[in-house]
Amino acid sequence: MSTTELQVQATDAQELIHLLPSPFTNTQPAPELLTQGAEALVYKTHFLTPAQPAILKFRPSKAYRHPTLDARLTKQRVLAEARVLVKLSAPDVRDAGVHVPGVLALEWDVARKVKNTGAEVERYRKEAQGAVSGAWILMEFVEGSSVKDLLRGVDGYVKGRAGSGNAVNAEEMVVIEQEVKGLLRRIGRAVGALHSKGGVVHGDLTSSNVMVRPYRKDHGLVNGDGDAHGEAEEDRCPNLSGDVVLIDFGLATQSTQDEDRAVDLYVLERAFGSTHPKQEGWFDAEVLKHQDGYKGSFKGSNVVVKRLEEVRMRGRKRSMIG
Amino acid sequence: MVEKIQIAHIPDDLPIYVACYKDVQNASFLKQQLLAGNQVYNYAFVDATTILSRQHLLAAAFRALNDHIHDRLKSNNVHSEIVVCLSSNNNIGDAFRRFGIQDSTKDLVIVKVGLSPEFASESVEGHLKDAIEGTPVPFDDAFLRQTCDLDKLRKTYKLGKPQQGKTVMNGNGGHATDERSDIEVQVLGLMALRGAT
Ligand SMILES: Nc1ncnc2c1ncn2[C@@H]1O[C@H](COP(=O)(O)OP(=O)(O)OP(=O)(O)O)[C@@H](O)[C@H]1O
Repeated sequence: MSTTELQVQATDAQELIHLLPSPFTNTQPAPELLTQGAEALVYKTHFLTPAQPAILKFRPSKAYRHPTLDARLTKQRVLAEARVLVKLSAPDVRDAGVHVPGVLALEWDVARKVKNTGAEVERYRKEAQGAVSGAWILMEFVEGSSVKDLLRGVDGYVKGRAGSGNAVNAEEMVVIEQEVKGLLRRIGRAVGALHSKGGVVHGDLTSSNVMVRPYRKDHGLVNGDGDAHGEAEEDRCPNLSGDVVLIDFGLATQSTQDEDRAVDLYVLERAFGSTHPKQEGWFDAEVLKHQDGYKGSFKGSNVVVKRLEEVRMRGRKRSMIG
Repeated sequence: MVEKIQIAHIPDDLPIYVACYKDVQNASFLKQQLLAGNQVYNYAFVDATTILSRQHLLAAAFRALNDHIHDRLKSNNVHSEIVVCLSSNNNIGDAFRRFGIQDSTKDLVIVKVGLSPEFASESVEGHLKDAIEGTPVPFDDAFLRQTCDLDKLRKTYKLGKPQQGKTVMNGNGGHATDERSDIEVQVLGLMALRGAT
């Protein structure tokens, strides 16, 4: 089945159920489809009770649904992502500033069988067979919004004020810029901690894969209007405070090579350039070279930032040729 | 004191019943019934010192029930499987030794899966009252906080030492709940990864 066919199907609420793996065909209320990439369906659902929000990332494996993927590949990708997430959820890694959604449950091969206990479970098995096979990760739901939405929210706010004849004045602008720069540094620091303490390169760093989770209220750190967070409302500037949380480790690898780290930064830089042209000029100074950013986050960061220059050169040459 | 729990995503006709006991006096008798395969004692008997929180135990029950409905238990039945699912490695004997009831066990978490409709809370409660020599307590985080042996748990899951000076940073002295939720995420992840190759 092609992706477009899949999309047509997904618009039908009834059909959607059939794109869920077992046991989520039982889930009440039914998981809500958030995004549909080329290879993964991402649902919002819950863990042990409906009060514990969770994300279900499902990679269907049936050949006729996704001809380009075979089951083994699907399994390896899901397992690689889960292993990286579990490794990064170690307390000492988190204390170093790496925040990722924890793995709650996992399926790498629905068909795997250890032994037959007999007819007892026959009826469940029949139900399970009707479901789509594939591999999935159930992970913690990250509250808050992506950096992409936040930065767009900031731009929208500034634009909206100008349009309504109540333009942001110079003083306010300084405050807003400081907030944004502060966020950029925290992103740099988080990526640095991922690279050094985590020993992982993300592989797909974009501003959608970096989220800001408002500080938890019970820590007494939330500054009032947590509800304004991320809403692209034009009459309110988004609140940028919170933990920087990295998501989507589908392309991550365990590596401590300077080259891999530099490429990770390059991918983020390019993503920023295309999505946030306004903030692109700050990327180098804030994300990379600021003492509160990548540079100050670990001992070997200088070497990586140096290496990034080479990676940029190669990138430029490549785009000139190609 | 028996709590009926319906775990999300699991079919409605598979509820679980959980009870906790402290100051248990007849652990070795109970263990013998398990070894002898006495069907009347077909429960998951979990040593409460190995359980961090409600969520920790229920996550293991979720995996055991899910593996049950997909017909791929590693152990004899869904009850022993709950104990297996607490482990981060595939060695069943090791899981029973680390998480299951021992002769010396004083604090117990007991799980019964309602495999057939006659398991109502009352019948489970009635049987446990006769079978367990101990004091029933609610299945809650307060009880588990008292009983959990964090050092042992760290060793069991190979988590490494707690960070020195971290509690000083909280300014809160030994903030035990934080340390628990700190390691809980990784523990759940390690349980979920068990058996992956
Ligand atoms: N743990 C989470 N908490 C909150 N939202 C999430 C979480 N994981 C994913 N999302 C949301 O779902 C979107 C898609 O998720 P993700 O990027 O992991 O999938 P994908 O890009 O389709 O996967 P892949 O690139 O690995 O094939 C994210 O951009 C984000 O909005």
